[in-house]
Amino acid sequence: MEPVLISPAKAIVFDMPAVIFSFLIPLTGVGIFTYIIALRLKPLVKAQPDPRMDDRIHRFFNMCKFAIGQYRQPRYLLAGIIHITLFAGFVILSLRSITLVLIGISDGYVLPGMSGAAGHIYHGLKEFAAMAVLAACIVAMFRRGILKPERYAVPPKYGKNHTWEAIFVLVLISGLVLCDMVFEGSHAAAHIRKGLKADMLIPGTGSWLSAILLTSASMNTLQHIHLGAYFFHELIFFFFLCFLPLGKHFHVITSLPNVFLMKMNKGTIKPVQWGIEDEELDQLESFGVKTFEDFTWKHMLDFYSCADCGRCSDNCPANAVGRPLSPRFISIKCRDYAFKAYPLHGLSTNSHNLIGSVLEEDEIWSCTTCGACEEECPLLIEYIDKIVDLRRGMVEDGIVPQSLQKPLRALEKRGNPYGIMEKKRIDWIKDLPEEINVKILKRKETADTLYFVDSISSYDDRIQEISRAAVKILHAAGIEFGMLGPNEMDSGHEVKRFGEEMLFQYLRDKNLNAIKNSRATRIITTDPHAYNALKNDYANLPPVEHISQTTLRAVTSGNIRLKPIEDPNKIYTYHDPCYLGRHNNIYDAPRELIDAIPGIKRIEMTQNCKDRSFCCGGGGLMLFYEPIEEKRMGQVRVEMAKTAGANIIITGCPFCMVNVEDAIKTSGLENEMGAIDLVELIERHME
Amino acid sequence: MEILVCIKRVPDTAENEIEVNRDGSDIERDDLVYSVNEWDNYAVEEAIQIRDKVGGSITVVSVGDEDAEEVLRREMAMGADKGILLSDNAFEGSDGEGVATILKAGIEKGNYDLILTGAQADDGAGQIGGMLAAMLDWPYASLVNIIDIVDDKTIKVGREIAGGNQEMNEMDLPCVLSIQTGINEPRYVGIRGIRKVASMEIPMLGVKDIELLSESVGKSGAKVKRLDYFVPELGEGAEILEGSTDEIIDKLTELLKAKGGIK
Repeated sequence: MEPVLISPAKAIVFDMPAVIFSFLIPLTGVGIFTYIIALRLKPLVKAQPDPRMDDRIHRFFNMCKFAIGQYRQPRYLLAGIIHITLFAGFVILSLRSITLVLIGISDGYVLPGMSGAAGHIYHGLKEFAAMAVLAACIVAMFRRGILKPERYAVPPKYGKNHTWEAIFVLVLISGLVLCDMVFEGSHAAAHIRKGLKADMLIPGTGSWLSAILLTSASMNTLQHIHLGAYFFHELIFFFFLCFLPLGKHFHVITSLPNVFLMKMNKGTIKPVQWGIEDEELDQLESFGVKTFEDFTWKHMLDFYSCADCGRCSDNCPANAVGRPLSPRFISIKCRDYAFKAYPLHGLSTNSHNLIGSVLEEDEIWSCTTCGACEEECPLLIEYIDKIVDLRRGMVEDGIVPQSLQKPLRALEKRGNPYGIMEKKRIDWIKDLPEEINVKILKRKETADTLYFVDSISSYDDRIQEISRAAVKILHAAGIEFGMLGPNEMDSGHEVKRFGEEMLFQYLRDKNLNAIKNSRATRIITTDPHAYNALKNDYANLPPVEHISQTTLRAVTSGNIRLKPIEDPNKIYTYHDPCYLGRHNNIYDAPRELIDAIPGIKRIEMTQNCKDRSFCCGGGGLMLFYEPIEEKRMGQVRVEMAKTAGANIIITGCPFCMVNVEDAIKTSGLENEMGAIDLVELIERHME
Repeated sequence: MEILVCIKRVPDTAENEIEVNRDGSDIERDDLVYSVNEWDNYAVEEAIQIRDKVGGSITVVSVGDEDAEEVLRREMAMGADKGILLSDNAFEGSDGEGVATILKAGIEKGNYDLILTGAQADDGAGQIGGMLAAMLDWPYASLVNIIDIVDDKTIKVGREIAGGNQEMNEMDLPCVLSIQTGINEPRYVGIRGIRKVASMEIPMLGVKDIELLSESVGKSGAKVKRLDYFVPELGEGAEILEGSTDEIIDKLTELLKAKGGIK
């Protein structure tokens, strides 16, 4: 039977067989695309090594969860639903798009397995997917163009607004689905006009609607529309393909590999250079990231993968208080740099220092390494390792804020940032009750359990109270333990994260030696930063636990009994410390412990608890840093607790205590708000 | 430009609790940690910035015992090209003039266009720069907080005058300048930087090498002798005003009026 409309594969366009175009368009598109991708890969080849092929089963699972499953998308509900719709629609329609390309070459081409029932099911599916995608595009355009959510705004110092790119791509996607609808619709309309049975038309779909709209058109017009829609689809499709690697939509291509290659060990910091042992570090010519090529290839892939969704910066405490840091723009500025330094035509430019040109010193020092950005990123982009690498480069070049130089020197000379004598490290135990005997391990003395105190808990007057409360709890729980005393050094947690790797290793080695000599089989800390250092930065140590875990066990087993809450009218809220929560996933133990006090009223800061906890301002060396900021992070945090309806903030970290108490005072809220550490609260309620 | 910076190893006052020893002759040194004198750090940083701008090299020199090598190395890690340690048993017990004499003798072994010292040392008297310039018969500016290199014969130096005023002077090279803190932001020196210069030779020169008479320096040559060293007794405690801000202001005005501070 003669076909109702001439198909693209058999049509004559501009006096030429249309099949020529059906070959040429994909060939040109794929050719240009390959060329662009090759250029995009160029800096990755020059980049630093980064082994990411371990534990592939787990990686594959993560890819299914975060990339294909879009696990983090619904954390922002509306944007999440729109994205999931677009993504799912995209996956479904990609088969249709491939089929369409091939139809232009071989008339009536059907993908293998798509004949028969499967084909019918798929046809229905893609009709609905197309409608869903179109609807999502319209909502997204309305949202980006009219509602303009704040987190997409581009501050003037970071350049122009990115809205046009977002809208343009939405128009392209809408164009793709519309073309297919018209292509199908015109075909069906022609059949109806000829009184033949139309292809499977599902009422309510775009193809159905376009068929109805086109039935009044002449056969000639229908033929033109049919072919026009087909080739318009081809052009948009291959233009879009080549447009992807030019901007934020590169993530369409890079997100699957980027998530597969994600960082798997939270809480750790990448080594100075992968494949270089600590002993070989002296041989390295340069430390850290100074030029773009000093990044690892995976970190470059991160830059390419950033979808500009703004979720990182929306959750970044530094950004929230007006520090000159917005993680989103670290990625975007570095990507823009990469595109400019490795242009699509012309020669690559010579690499030069990023600090002072693309990035600013204060920007890089502003980060508290709280990890909120990484927790939020739907594409698992890393920021902390990059920040630390950039700091390593600055430290080597001597670019360190004056405010940090003194504590760093003190750490080198005295093993603590305050520069107080080593022998005074245990002065705080003098105020303990006589019946509590604290064992300070001298050389050759051993203990099964070691309490690693760290600097702030040893030297800071206020925090010493927490250390004493911890000792009382351990004593009450019947746990015998020892401490390293003057032989203990700062854990070096922030030293490492501020980029002074060699100093960190010096402190670590001293501690490792002392811990080894103590023969401890477990280590307890009250400081989440020390906990993270011992657990994730040091190697080959016995199990490390945070005091909240130890205490919870003692309470559950009945070794420690708690009496009813002192003041039942107070409302408590727990502030998750970054290095207990986000970096080490300890959310429940502290909460269970608090709730074990009979009669206590505890509420959550629902918008900002657990993995969305808001950093208090940072610990360790961050206490010495003088940032450019409009207000303190601690003040924002205290305000959150107040808004939630709490009047006591429970902390689980000495630095949180310092920052929160300070913020209560500077906000003038001494009469309304209070702060207490978890161990102090428990110690006060022990029977 | 050949620049020499005189540096000193001092007990780190920021990181120590200084106590006087039992017989009052010195401070208790057992538990002390030492570092380079803070002012000297600014002088070395300034020298590095000048060298990076106009070329030349930087030598750091210190009068002291073998331990002073540690601070020389630190400043070399910072960016100084060479280090010289002036060390001899005969130098022990030198007064300010003695130290300046030793430095002068060391300086005459080299060929320098510009000599920088810290304005003073944590444990010093702020006298070396001036004495050294006088002995060399070179022009001298103290408490310098701006250096502008005009050409290889002239420089402009700024000095901060009490009350926050600024003075600018022109001087001929060679000259001696004592450097005030705040002239720049000294760069950080990490352990890695120090390790990089660990193998560099630092020549140690004694009395004979710099052609000095032992009697002219050290204890025998000292014309100023330290008699005592003590922590002054605390005066009467400060008064802390209490009450609301307005009350405190009222009390303060009253006090100031009573003592003649305001009329």
